[in-house]
Amino acid sequence: MASEEHSVAPPKMPRVGLFVTCLVDLFRPSIGFAAVKLLEDAGCSVVVPSAQTCCGQPAYNSGDRKDARGVARTVLRAFRGLDYVVAPSGSCAGMICEHYPKLFAGEPEEAEAEALASRTWELISFLADVMKVERVECHWPARATYHDSCSGLRELGIRQQPRQLLGSVEGLELVEMAEAEVCCGFGGTFCVKYPEISDSIVSKKAENIENSGAELLMAGDLGCLMNMAGKLQRRGSRVEVRHVAEVLAGQQEEPAIGEPAKQVAK
Amino acid sequence: MSSRKAILGAIRHSLGRQRGDGAEQAVEARLRTHDRNLVPQRGCLEGEALLSLFSSQAERIDATVERVATDAEVPEAVAEYLKRNNLPPRVRMAPHPDIQALPWAEKAPLLEVAEGRADPQDLVSVTPAFAAVAETGTLVLHSGPQTPTTLNFLPENHVVVVRASQVVGAYEEVWDRLRAANPAALPRTVNMITGPSRTGDIEQRLELGAHGPRRLHIVLIAEEGDS
Amino acid sequence: MQSTSHAFKQNAHRALHDPMLQKAMGHVRSGFIDKRVQAAARLPEFDQLRDQAKAIKDHTLAHLDHYLERYEAKVLEMGGKVHWCATAEEAREAVLSICRSLDARTVTKGKSMLSEEIALNEHLEANGIEPVETDLGEYIIQLRKEPPSHIIAPAVHVNKEQVEADFRRVHKNLPPERSLSEAAQLVDEARQVLRQRYLEADVGITGANFLIAETGTSVIVTNEGNGDLTQTLPKAHIVVASLEKVVPTLEDCATILRVLARSATGQEFSSYTTFSTGPRRPEDPDGPEEYHVILLDNGRSSMLGTEFQDMLRCIRCGACMNHCPVYHAVGGHSYGWVYPGPMGAVLTPSLIGVEEAGHLPNASTFCGRCEAVCPMRIPLPKMMRHWREREFEQHQAPAKARLAIEAWAFVAKRPRLYRWATSLLIGALGRAGRRRGRFRELPLAGGWTAHRDFPAPSGRSFQARWAEQQRRGRASR
Repeated sequence: MASEEHSVAPPKMPRVGLFVTCLVDLFRPSIGFAAVKLLEDAGCSVVVPSAQTCCGQPAYNSGDRKDARGVARTVLRAFRGLDYVVAPSGSCAGMICEHYPKLFAGEPEEAEAEALASRTWELISFLADVMKVERVECHWPARATYHDSCSGLRELGIRQQPRQLLGSVEGLELVEMAEAEVCCGFGGTFCVKYPEISDSIVSKKAENIENSGAELLMAGDLGCLMNMAGKLQRRGSRVEVRHVAEVLAGQQEEPAIGEPAKQVAK
Repeated sequence: MSSRKAILGAIRHSLGRQRGDGAEQAVEARLRTHDRNLVPQRGCLEGEALLSLFSSQAERIDATVERVATDAEVPEAVAEYLKRNNLPPRVRMAPHPDIQALPWAEKAPLLEVAEGRADPQDLVSVTPAFAAVAETGTLVLHSGPQTPTTLNFLPENHVVVVRASQVVGAYEEVWDRLRAANPAALPRTVNMITGPSRTGDIEQRLELGAHGPRRLHIVLIAEEGDS
Repeated sequence: MQSTSHAFKQNAHRALHDPMLQKAMGHVRSGFIDKRVQAAARLPEFDQLRDQAKAIKDHTLAHLDHYLERYEAKVLEMGGKVHWCATAEEAREAVLSICRSLDARTVTKGKSMLSEEIALNEHLEANGIEPVETDLGEYIIQLRKEPPSHIIAPAVHVNKEQVEADFRRVHKNLPPERSLSEAAQLVDEARQVLRQRYLEADVGITGANFLIAETGTSVIVTNEGNGDLTQTLPKAHIVVASLEKVVPTLEDCATILRVLARSATGQEFSSYTTFSTGPRRPEDPDGPEEYHVILLDNGRSSMLGTEFQDMLRCIRCGACMNHCPVYHAVGGHSYGWVYPGPMGAVLTPSLIGVEEAGHLPNASTFCGRCEAVCPMRIPLPKMMRHWREREFEQHQAPAKARLAIEAWAFVAKRPRLYRWATSLLIGALGRAGRRRGRFRELPLAGGWTAHRDFPAPSGRSFQARWAEQQRRGRASR
């Protein structure tokens, strides 16, 4: 779903189903809570269907269409009857928007998949393009840089929206790294099937991040973020890594990705 | 013969070709009408604007362009070009009436002029063009009894004499002219030449003069009255 | 060419630890990419032209049999000959046979990936004929006895100092004290050395970027002029071209030409775009006396009508590999055969089988940059996925990977089982990683932790916390 200029006014109190994504659900729930906050602040009524698991991308990209469809059916079932489905991930949203229709072409669920695809959005582009959010009330002083995750950028056209919203965060200075649009080397199973090549790619990305002078790295996909955080930390870098939703929602108490929780004084 | 049959058969099978499916007619039609596809706006110019575009595009890709007002100025322009580049006053010309008719003896008496196909020792060739395309500063030359192709490639320096009336905006206009001038068949070789020879094969550094000419000099004759 | 694609991982390992290669690949990352962007910016209609180029090729492929017949008829009418070859072997034999009929001793060659595909040079050499590559990049790798590593810049993996060393080693007749430290000097030397070879050659062999059905014409696109000297000076000009090079008309060719050079090197048009139609005419003072077209199938006809048909639109510009992070990391030789990068990942399994070349479509992050820059709008990641599907269906993917995916899917289709199993897993990881927030080592995740730390999960899933929050929320009302 490319970001188009909607001259339509934002919907009133839409019922939005949060597609948490398996990575966020299991590895970093704070992103899910940030997404809920941003959606509610924008005037949405948020539900989180409990019967959701994964979008099916791992099976799909491994060539296992049958299992991909099987997993995708749980998504079709879980997200019935909602106005919108929003995911804090360009790759998961892209999977549903761009690939579900192809996955179910000629199958009984074809129409349902098309319908779901047409109401599914990545979080930041939903906020900007549908809910017409132009700014957030948030204070986060830092020199920051933004990595354009591939699916979000190339399948869904997400580039300008996160930068616009980040521009409204008080105290945040956004600098562009070199080659911001180049892949970070995660690629789902790629990073463990071809670890040396993945390492070469993420090393170049880490260099570009460090050379940007930023102290904070953001992106819209947790897989990319975990990959880049892991590499930066292995290199001894001090750059903090967070999901863009967490920054927009002002979640400063949350430790950055790969950092331990702060000890709370008793 | 059998491979031909096998290959065509394999193609027809893969495409699910049916007799009478209209495919052959579609092909006939496209070949017959040879319609233009999208032609960029860039070359849709006339007169001086068109010539200017041609000049600037040609210079952009390392050709040199010299504009003269009349035919009579061409020989001297060529002689001066050789002097400027420390080249001996010797050229191999295309045996073409447009070039032969220029006043070489009168206006450039010290210039040694020979005709014919290029000899490997020739340093400079002088040829006419069939057309020139402003879109990308491209010259169009073709083989023929009066225009040996070797003149375009063997010598290190290639001088091309172009008339304003030969300059068009887009490649499609060249095709129209080529078809009109050669209704039975295209000449053996049609060269579209855009700047001198170059290579980036050593560390992606651009170097001129790989195998073809190192220098391409275009003498553009303005015309008085109608082109 | 013998394939080492099955050894892609080992090839890549070597490439990643080769500092000279890594330095050379740095040039690819910047040069080509920036130039393409600039060229596209200077032509407002660029994207529309890409759409039209795609449409032209799609139309042609859907009518390929008829267009090939019309093309052949025109070539014959112009006095040329067409040799239809189903296989690489037939093509090699056809070329050899023509060379023999002319008692050819040396053959000059313009750059032709197809001639690599059919291993033409080795065949000629084995039969006492010397092929001389004239494209500077091809010449360099011929001296080094290496295959090309990029489809338009074959020596992109070679540094200037390496070229100097090769020239000194091979050009023994030239004064040893000569300076060769500058690129210009290397180019000049190649020009000098090859000039004599052009003049002596008995036969000239080129590829073809396009075959135009309307006029029976072959088109080559070069910058050096080597292809032109190759095809004009000798007694015979042989064109080696595969079936899908056909385009209908001169107008169609012009449209695709407008996107070719811009996508490849960022030039608006190459220095020499040459249209060759038949042998020389009786009145021509120069040109070849014979003109032969080797029309090769070698697997193309069986790609038609399949999910890989789109690959036949490829015009060999190289934009995909210029933008590919995997290609940048490992270079072209790692792919192990003639065609590297994304287009190689899709085409190679079609030509030599997915059993041999399976790694190529698997070694991709699906970042999609290739598709974004392809002038012919070829959906490269989609076709790589199709290869993965074929492998999966035929049980050719590694067993461990298959098992892992099936296990994940089994659990993911059952939300309650998923909740239970994952809470165990992340609970354990969360506890183990609490102190440092990340792992330097993790069993079963060695591929990750060899090079990166692994961020620890917090220990409780979002769903669990959300459910708890909802319960507390309801309880407090």
